[in-house]
Amino acid sequence: MSDKQQPKAENPTRREFLSTTGSTAAATLIAAYMPVTANTPDQARTPEATTPTIEGAVPITLRINGKDRELRVDPRTTLLDCIRESVLLTGTKKGCDHGQCGACTVHVDGRRVVSCLSLALMHDGKEITTIEGLGTPEAMHPMQASFLACDGYQCGYCTSGQIMSAVALLKEPCGPDDASVKELMSGNICRCGAYANIVAAVQQVRKQGSGV
Amino acid sequence: MHSFEFVRPENAATAITAAGQAKTAQQGAEVRFLAGGTTLIDLMKLEVETPSRRLDINRLPFDKIEEMPDGGLKIGATVRNSDLANHARVQRDYSVLSQAILAGASAQLRNMATTAGNLLQRTRCVYFRDTAMPCNKREPGSGCPAITGSNRTLAILGTSDKCIATNPSDMCVAMAALEAIIHVEGPGGARTIAFGDFHLLPGSTPHRETVLEPGDLITHVTLPPPKTGSRQVYLKLRDRASYEFALASAAVVINLTRGSISYVRIAMGGVGTKPWRSPEAEAVLTGKPANAANFRQAAEAALRNAKPQSENKFKIELAKRCLTHALQTAVNG
Repeated sequence: MSDKQQPKAENPTRREFLSTTGSTAAATLIAAYMPVTANTPDQARTPEATTPTIEGAVPITLRINGKDRELRVDPRTTLLDCIRESVLLTGTKKGCDHGQCGACTVHVDGRRVVSCLSLALMHDGKEITTIEGLGTPEAMHPMQASFLACDGYQCGYCTSGQIMSAVALLKEPCGPDDASVKELMSGNICRCGAYANIVAAVQQVRKQGSGV
Repeated sequence: MHSFEFVRPENAATAITAAGQAKTAQQGAEVRFLAGGTTLIDLMKLEVETPSRRLDINRLPFDKIEEMPDGGLKIGATVRNSDLANHARVQRDYSVLSQAILAGASAQLRNMATTAGNLLQRTRCVYFRDTAMPCNKREPGSGCPAITGSNRTLAILGTSDKCIATNPSDMCVAMAALEAIIHVEGPGGARTIAFGDFHLLPGSTPHRETVLEPGDLITHVTLPPPKTGSRQVYLKLRDRASYEFALASAAVVINLTRGSISYVRIAMGGVGTKPWRSPEAEAVLTGKPANAANFRQAAEAALRNAKPQSENKFKIELAKRCLTHALQTAVNG
């Protein structure tokens, strides 16, 4: 092993670890959703580039974060699984997978939805925005910056859903008080209980009048 | 999830013909219309519903809210719950409907769920949702474990010895009080169904929840012209402040003339096997002074036939107080 590879092997990210261990669970998951026959991680990361092999797959185009994605999906594929497993944008999280927790919240044509209770096929031609489309670590969306400033999270698993909901809320009818924010954010569960800071983060952006 | 064929019909006629090939439009239908998906996709993941064909009606022209010549409102089948709740006319003239919808689900789900889909919302009974358990609604004749089991959230009105599942909809409770009309197109043509005739009591056939037949497509709902000067309240009581189904709820539309009740419509949620209109409570109040004693009498009348289960006797008093409080709030307005 060369010196160059050494640091990565010693300190792999969770995602690198999961994608290279070759565990049965991970392999099965990837095989079920990846419309490719590639063996290497690099090839596996460009699913649109290769011929799909899923029987009964249907071609669709989703405009995700401003980029058209030509995909072939099994009709059963939820928008959530499509975003995570076919397009490999893993910022959107799978929590309950039954529309009860809000971790999978994304925007479809500018409106927030839970992507787990929606089929990818239903959104052919639609504009999808995920957390990756809001901002980058260098140029964060004001809501992302506000969550950071207000410490609006603990473990972080619900955070992308919380932020997608919060950004959508800025354009929805919502009273000025904290109670109104809590009501309109109630579809996003935080098991760490960072609610007070989440409300503070949302209110900070609303008071600044930015990010809308 | 079982595999299925996904079809996007070009128009209503094609959708109706395709759906008309199913043997039933009720539990276990082979063909299902797909609108918001918030109920059906959930139940398909649980394999409670396993349709082999899904007809996506989201791009059919049923997504408008329109004024009617008589002053009423026409609400398309695929109008999203959030658009309906936030519509200016609904907020002004049918505010009980707006309040009810906003009391249900979450902002995300309201952006997805549709008018027609909410009419067909399925029960949250845990036995219905768990295919490892018997359930007369899911598998006719298999039994009802809820009657001797976990039934705290289940119904106390309209139950049978075959099923005690609660209808979970908030929207439907308001529509029952507003006397909405459901418009359906089917293989035999178009017809209208009064709101109170749409949902069925479980009786001995709990798998039949509505009067819909194969191929019947709900195209829109109409609301009659608003009652001028009516006061409207939807009050929902639940285990947490938001994002929870009702333990008891009440929709009230009431008109007062010199302190007396000249018009009143009452429906309740969270307590019935269907959205529960209460003509008994309305009869008690009509023509009477609007005061606490009469409100309590109306609540007693509404719950007179309530039959509690092992874990939900508390719902009887809760529902009475819910209705009394809703009436009081409306007249205090």
